[in-house]
Amino acid sequence: MSIWEYANPLRFMGWTGKVLPWFWALAIAALVVGLGWGFFFTPEAENFGSTVKIIYIHVPSAFIAINAWFMMVVTSIIWLVRRHHVSVLAAKAAAPVGLTMTLIALITGAIWGQPTWTTWWVWDARLTAFLVLCLFYLGYIALWAAIEDPDTAADLTSVLSLVGSVFAFLSRYAALFWATQHQDSSLSVDRAEHVSDVFYQPLLLSMAGFVLLFLALVLMRTRTEIRLRRIRAIETRGRRS
Amino acid sequence: MPDLGEYAVYVLSSYAVTIALLAVIIGGSVIRSRRVKAELARVEDEHGHA
Repeated sequence: MSIWEYANPLRFMGWTGKVLPWFWALAIAALVVGLGWGFFFTPEAENFGSTVKIIYIHVPSAFIAINAWFMMVVTSIIWLVRRHHVSVLAAKAAAPVGLTMTLIALITGAIWGQPTWTTWWVWDARLTAFLVLCLFYLGYIALWAAIEDPDTAADLTSVLSLVGSVFAFLSRYAALFWATQHQDSSLSVDRAEHVSDVFYQPLLLSMAGFVLLFLALVLMRTRTEIRLRRIRAIETRGRRS
Repeated sequence: MPDLGEYAVYVLSSYAVTIALLAVIIGGSVIRSRRVKAELARVEDEHGHA
């Protein structure tokens, strides 16, 4: 069977209905254990004091905020090339989740910045790109809401996602091109590079929890979008007959 | 509750904002999902669809 058949709306509703409860259960378990471990059972860090506990929400939310946009870019390209409706509906479903994660990362970053950098905000390349990414999320959601024809909305929002990918990329890699106040990375392949094991392990679990939560939300919201399309299709057929 | 010292307000407010925003997106998504599912059942019933 071709992988594209999983994107058939009927088949998509079938397999996602089966896996969705597992995603929710695993997401809740990973978040409770990861955040609970990080908040209650990790020590203070030498340079950050107890503010290091913000890492368990700030880093995973920023990771999802950036990668949700890349997921939207991939699914939008699939729409533009192959016209798979479920693909672009998944992008539409992911946008509010990505926006929420962007807001969490921006707010927790500002709160963390005050005691550690003695400022809520700096206009450096990475933070500015991240703020622009947040505005792109808002623009993407507004564009879907503003255009009545769903295929036209899908086309235009797909192009917008391609443009916004520049800022998603810079939100992650701006440090390669400019000097930034923000550190390069908290989760490196070389794990000794940035955070020690005592913080790294609960951080990984929190990351897994945020990833699973994102997947659960996107699958559930995509199912809702598919149902909405079916409602529109039935009502349109009903009016014609 | 761990001793968060002088930074307690920063740590606790970060977690509070995160929980609030997650509650909004999760709650909103679940409520919308249930409403649309019920609406689809009503429309299918009305138009004689399986």
